[in-house]
Amino acid sequence: MGSKKLGMWLFIVSDTLTFSVLLITYSYSRLTNPDWPRPFPINPAIIYSTTMTVVLLASSLTMVLAVMAAQRNERSKTVLWMVATMCGGLLFTGLHLREWFHLFEEGATITGNPWGTPLFGAVFFGITGLHMTHVMIGVIYLGIVATGFGRGKFSAEDVEVNGLYWHFVDLVWMFVFPMIYLMSVKY
Amino acid sequence: MNAEAHAVEAHGASVGTNVVVWVGLVAITGLEVFLAYEALQPTVMLSILVALSVIKAALIMSYFMHLKFEKFTLVLWIVPAMIFCICMMFIFFFPEAFRLLTMRPH
Repeated sequence: MGSKKLGMWLFIVSDTLTFSVLLITYSYSRLTNPDWPRPFPINPAIIYSTTMTVVLLASSLTMVLAVMAAQRNERSKTVLWMVATMCGGLLFTGLHLREWFHLFEEGATITGNPWGTPLFGAVFFGITGLHMTHVMIGVIYLGIVATGFGRGKFSAEDVEVNGLYWHFVDLVWMFVFPMIYLMSVKY
Repeated sequence: MNAEAHAVEAHGASVGTNVVVWVGLVAITGLEVFLAYEALQPTVMLSILVALSVIKAALIMSYFMHLKFEKFTLVLWIVPAMIFCICMMFIFFFPEAFRLLTMRPH
């Protein structure tokens, strides 16, 4: 195994622990506060967040195809699949920001909200904000590696390491979506 | 790493297998959304959702992140250490956190 790949795995382990701490403390706050807000109706919040989940999963699949193409040394195909992955990331971020602004319009801030315990804002914007930052960094990272690989400066291993990061971002959302959104649906 | 060594490591699941995994992940997401409207107790709901998320994470790590096809020493290096750290968080955090609840003014 190359040093880049090992380095990325070590980063993923450390970042997993960061998100684990946040999600464990969120679980405690969610279960011990009876007045935890349920601000997410089926339309638009749950439809949007489910769409975001499917988009992120689809972008992981395009990243898998990019890695496979890179291993066959098909440079233009690799770049194409990586651009498709970036589009998925950008669409995810756009939908997420729309969801954030919708909550701002309803009066939710990082320190308070009109529905219940003020902790909700800090937890929701903190965890989803950290995840969105990872997605945006991932899109930039994809752009850099796609450009370099297209020009022959980066190897297939670089694309594979980039893929590990992107799948990790997807993996984290698989916990954030059910724990943050689905635990707070409005009936 | 030379190209030959990389080619040896490059094996993994086929496109068809990855698509099947993707469909499985979307199906589990659909199940999660369905369960969210079943009005279960929050503790039960959280436990079920986390269990489903762990299954999704295992699928992503095994197939998309190629962990299933890597050398087993990498798995031994990463997974037990991660599980150990997360268990330590539970062991040290929850007893004290729940003790604090009894001090909450009513």
